[in-house]
Amino acid sequence: MLEKVSFRDTLFEAGLLVASGVDGIYGRSGDFEAVVDGIDGLISRDGAMPGAEVVRFPPAMPRSVIETSGYLKGFPHLAGTVHCFCGDDQAHKKLLQCLDDKEDWTGQQKSVDLALTPAACYPVYPMIASRGPVKMDGHIIDVSSYCFRHEPSLEPTRMQMFRMREFVCIATPEITKAFRDRWVERGHAIVSALGLPVAVDLANDPFFGRGGKIMADSQRDQALKFELLVPVNSAETPTACLSFNYHIDHFSSIWDLKMQDGRLAHTACVGFGFERLALALFRHHGLNRAGWPAHVRAALWPN
Amino acid sequence: MEDRIREILSRCARLSVPVEALNDEDNLYDAGLSSLATVNVMLAIEEVFSVEFLDHLLTRRSFESISSLAAVIASLKSGALTF
Repeated sequence: MLEKVSFRDTLFEAGLLVASGVDGIYGRSGDFEAVVDGIDGLISRDGAMPGAEVVRFPPAMPRSVIETSGYLKGFPHLAGTVHCFCGDDQAHKKLLQCLDDKEDWTGQQKSVDLALTPAACYPVYPMIASRGPVKMDGHIIDVSSYCFRHEPSLEPTRMQMFRMREFVCIATPEITKAFRDRWVERGHAIVSALGLPVAVDLANDPFFGRGGKIMADSQRDQALKFELLVPVNSAETPTACLSFNYHIDHFSSIWDLKMQDGRLAHTACVGFGFERLALALFRHHGLNRAGWPAHVRAALWPN
Repeated sequence: MEDRIREILSRCARLSVPVEALNDEDNLYDAGLSSLATVNVMLAIEEVFSVEFLDHLLTRRSFESISSLAAVIASLKSGALTF
């Protein structure tokens, strides 16, 4: 635990992360952002997917999407919804009185029609479904967003708001599975080239509760999720910096995503965690990016 | 016991085939059981049979067939800790 706290403190002291008073919510310095931009550019160059549709969403999405997608069945503990003041003058007066009295004022807040995006790909499925059947050679989407998960932690690698870039494949089962398997190799090559020690392992999502144990076991049993791990906080519990996910027809049955032949599409995605990759680089190459190995700097900042 | 399991499956499992068409050994996942529906089956079994699944039994294998469910329920009812 001391080690975990000290890496975060080191990052604060170096000014790379800026404490906010809430664990998992940090400011990022210019140097930190330069590394994130470098990783983003590297993914675009070395991970280029010809024909991929680029789309960027804000970090909030319609609340109906988080409700329909099944996220609340698996991860109610991680979800974030948006609440706003929707009252009249009297209610406003009450709110200000609560603030003055240092009482809870949030009872005045009402849930609005927004939820925070839990993973960059969530808004993609309804977007594609609304267009009708997917062509038989499939569709690739390049998506990126700030994401939110309510899991305050002292580990700097476990932020509550963080950025994720994903490539999403919506296609036949054969194409989708091949996409996921190919990305395990590509992701390994891209991160290894940054001089980071890398391992790929079978994984499961952090499903909620006792029912979640069955879902996690089922996910592992079917080898649906792999993670690319890099030691950041400790060697014993390396950090997942990329994940490779095969959803079978989970999202397509929910959103009625069909192929042109009328069969349900399958979906898969590869996700890059920008902050986790940046932290892995600072951990292994030092806090001053100017001193990083030449081949790492060349990979991140070719110009 | 198998009849009560079948009743639970027809109520909660949302299978793609009628429960009557399944043998006790048939794979329920091949019959369309999803992992989310598995959770509903678990909760219904706990209620109907007045048992509580132990953590090590919360696996995909426990819910694989009517006979595997019957074995799990029998072990929970007898207090046996292994399966």
